[in-house]
Amino acid sequence: MTVEVSKHRELGLTDSEFELICEKLGREPNDVELAMFSLLWSEHCAYKHSRKLLRRLPTEGERVVMGPGENAGAVDVGNGYAVAFKVESHNHPSAVEPFQGAATGVGGILRDVFALGARPIAILDSLRFGELDSVRSRHLLDGAVRGIGHYGNSIGVATVGGEIYFEAPYEHNCLVNAMCVGLALQDEMVRAAAAGVGNAVVLMGASTGRDGIGGASVLASAELGDGDGDKRPTVQIGDPFEESKLLECCLELLGKGLLVSLQDLGAAGLTSSAGEMASAGGVGIDLDVARVPLREADMEPFEIMVSESQERMLGVVEPAKVAEVLAVCEKWQTGAAEIGVVTDSEQIRVLRGEEMVGEMPVEALVDGCPLYDLAPEEPGGWIYGNEDVLPARVAAAAGPGADPNDPSAILLALLSSPSVASKRWAFEQYDSVVGSRTVRRPESAGAAILNLPESGNAIAVSIDGNGRRVACDPYAGTVEAVLECAQNLACVGAEPLGLTNCLNFGNPEKPAPAWQLDRAVSGLADACKALGVPVVGGNVSLYNEGPDGPIYPTPVVGMVGELPDPERVAGSAFAKEGDAVGLVGPFSPSLAGSELAKLRGELDMGLPQPDVAAVADACATIRDAVRAGKLASAHDISDGGLACALAESAIGAGLGCKVDLTPLIERSGLTAEEALFGEGPGGFLLSGERAALESLGQSGVEVVVLGEVGGGEIAMEAGERSFSLPLEAAESAWRSLAEQVETPT
Amino acid sequence: MIWGVLQFPGSCDERDALHACSLAGEARLIWHEERDLGGVDGVVVPGGFSYGDYLRAGAIARFSPAMEAVAEFAAAGGPVLGICNGFQVLCEAGLLPGALLLNEELRFVCRQVELIAGDGERLSIPVKHGEGRFYAPDDILDEIEENGQVAFRYAPGQNPNGSARDIAGVTNEAGNVLGLMPHPEHAVDPLTGSTDGLKIFRSIAGLAA
Repeated sequence: MTVEVSKHRELGLTDSEFELICEKLGREPNDVELAMFSLLWSEHCAYKHSRKLLRRLPTEGERVVMGPGENAGAVDVGNGYAVAFKVESHNHPSAVEPFQGAATGVGGILRDVFALGARPIAILDSLRFGELDSVRSRHLLDGAVRGIGHYGNSIGVATVGGEIYFEAPYEHNCLVNAMCVGLALQDEMVRAAAAGVGNAVVLMGASTGRDGIGGASVLASAELGDGDGDKRPTVQIGDPFEESKLLECCLELLGKGLLVSLQDLGAAGLTSSAGEMASAGGVGIDLDVARVPLREADMEPFEIMVSESQERMLGVVEPAKVAEVLAVCEKWQTGAAEIGVVTDSEQIRVLRGEEMVGEMPVEALVDGCPLYDLAPEEPGGWIYGNEDVLPARVAAAAGPGADPNDPSAILLALLSSPSVASKRWAFEQYDSVVGSRTVRRPESAGAAILNLPESGNAIAVSIDGNGRRVACDPYAGTVEAVLECAQNLACVGAEPLGLTNCLNFGNPEKPAPAWQLDRAVSGLADACKALGVPVVGGNVSLYNEGPDGPIYPTPVVGMVGELPDPERVAGSAFAKEGDAVGLVGPFSPSLAGSELAKLRGELDMGLPQPDVAAVADACATIRDAVRAGKLASAHDISDGGLACALAESAIGAGLGCKVDLTPLIERSGLTAEEALFGEGPGGFLLSGERAALESLGQSGVEVVVLGEVGGGEIAMEAGERSFSLPLEAAESAWRSLAEQVETPT
Repeated sequence: MIWGVLQFPGSCDERDALHACSLAGEARLIWHEERDLGGVDGVVVPGGFSYGDYLRAGAIARFSPAMEAVAEFAAAGGPVLGICNGFQVLCEAGLLPGALLLNEELRFVCRQVELIAGDGERLSIPVKHGEGRFYAPDDILDEIEENGQVAFRYAPGQNPNGSARDIAGVTNEAGNVLGLMPHPEHAVDPLTGSTDGLKIFRSIAGLAA
């Protein structure tokens, strides 16, 4: 069989990559082989534009049980248990079909976690859409939230946290990143490496259909554009019931020690799972496509090999245990078929019955893709749009005629800004309590907290990343994302154990996105090293562009930390009347890259450089204070600055506050607006007994007592500006997201 | 008291229910293919999406072998508690009056709600469901109210799904089968919410004892 030269281009391979494949095979690939190479050599599978950069990341730490290269990372939480976690993107499928795209994004990340033998215990999501006044954005938001809920609720894994931002550069190319956290007995965990020549390869779960063919290459590794509707068939369809059975089945198999190794089928289906298992184990695998249970009888071998049908897992089983494995699958009413065998050939051989339809060296297929250097170039200025919407937002939030420079009107506009406003509309659509581990429900604390009676402690999980700030300064913005996670963990008394990340960027073959990616990875690496947090896994999603250009560069960071006693967790809401309110930490807010600068159409390049060591020290101080039960509330200061953080802590408690920011203004040489609405890392808004707050200064961290909790108003003085806002007005602005989604103006 | 908690493929809250039951007695899981309940003193049909619930919530689970045994157990006066999907299953099986329809807002909802029990006690318990709107024709509603079969109502202003007459949970006429949409098994530990749900498990255990 010969291949037309143009065919490899249609599949996303360059001419030189095609020539390299011919060289490695010593001949031209046939259709089956070409399809398999095109997927495993795609950006999505081979990380060919990012792998060199990722070598900068620190991956080792005392508590690391599994690091990058496995289905998910895992850290030791004590008493023989490990927590496994990973974040992954499903951006392009969600941009084409948001419900199924988001649903299968959740399904995929769950499989990555239970492939290790961990029971999934929590899901978090990081979502990005265009501005909410766009019909398309509301459609994508609604579909993605329903899709996440559909899958997570049905399979019975709690969705405990997440974040949603609305920014014009995501208008065409939304982002749907899902993170899963699982709990495993370390003795029952397995790796994804195939081993044992002669062992059986068993395909479990759903039957294989034509859905999702070419998803990794055609959809995930190319820019979005006109004709995306035609790509709808490349989006997979999710079936959470099938996965629920598969999950229970796999955990039972692992608990009984019946599997040598286990791998999920994700992007590139059988091709990647068999290829990666063989590569990791240094063995070969023979697969007979005639034995694969099919939804459509007439599928071609190449279709079977690259199908991305969901809810499938590949296991390696000793021959003597195959019958027992099939019996467990039968109990769970999940499909199972022995489709191949582990060999010592170091080849992936695809058979159809007796006929050999493809034969490739594992090394060439899995590790043979050339890795590219980027050609980064710093753009000359702000490459995204700017629009002054503040007067309109102020009018909508504070009433017509309100002065767009009046701080109380600005505060209302910020609180009602969809990126800052309460996300209750979304998180109430998710089951956040199933599993009986959820110590703090969404929005009641900086990080999600999951009780682990098995290991006698708890973990805290946070997911963060502000693309707009990364666009302003990819290095500093990415450092801030890591710091925000660390601060959120500190607020609940947790110490970081490990980090996962999803790097969502534009086309790496273009100079500006390449520069953003390069700088962001350096920021991620430096922040992780400074905090001593290892990167245990991650995912890269490139080519996130629409007709108007790239998305904001969006590294999403998910961090897991440990806390000894979940009873002693401060919430983010004030606790009681009369408590002192303090600002603690090296916080030097600036309007650069802030939500206010966005509303004013004043975004530009540049952010102040964060002092990571000082923030790390502050985190340690806060963490110790929370663990000692000294604080009544702790809230990290992020979007919308100190004024929004104060309003959120007040609204959450149903208690007002009276504060004076003048000491902060004087200390840091700020304007009133910078103190109120400026953003930057390092700030903690705390409440508690005055003496307790002041004593935090003994560790060297900066403490400013701002005022106290109480009354029915949020009253602020900031130098010469002062205002007060009824709590109800602030709350109705902050809770306006549902109205903005359901009944747009 | 020994509780049996049914487990269907697609059940989600069976382990949580098992834990809650263990705080009010002993508890074990009963696989959906079992025809024999093994001599338990009470049965919980737990929450989740039995058999995927792609057809209509609870419509397939009612035909499971274990549910046949539960129907016999209930007919003999044994206490049966259906939570969320379990409530839907019991309605489908004809063991409880009414039906659960899609929420009024056509969205899944998860939140803490206040319930008012038949004796006027207030309980704080979470709901989480997409098909939890209790419905029955007016004459049936009148009848179950007259018979004292309304076990729980949502407190005024707290009805999360548009349920008729704010009904959150009902019993059968004999009073030994109870179904409710809120999840008492997720209200048994102050660390994760409230402990009000435990009162329901303990009260059933008290009745059975």
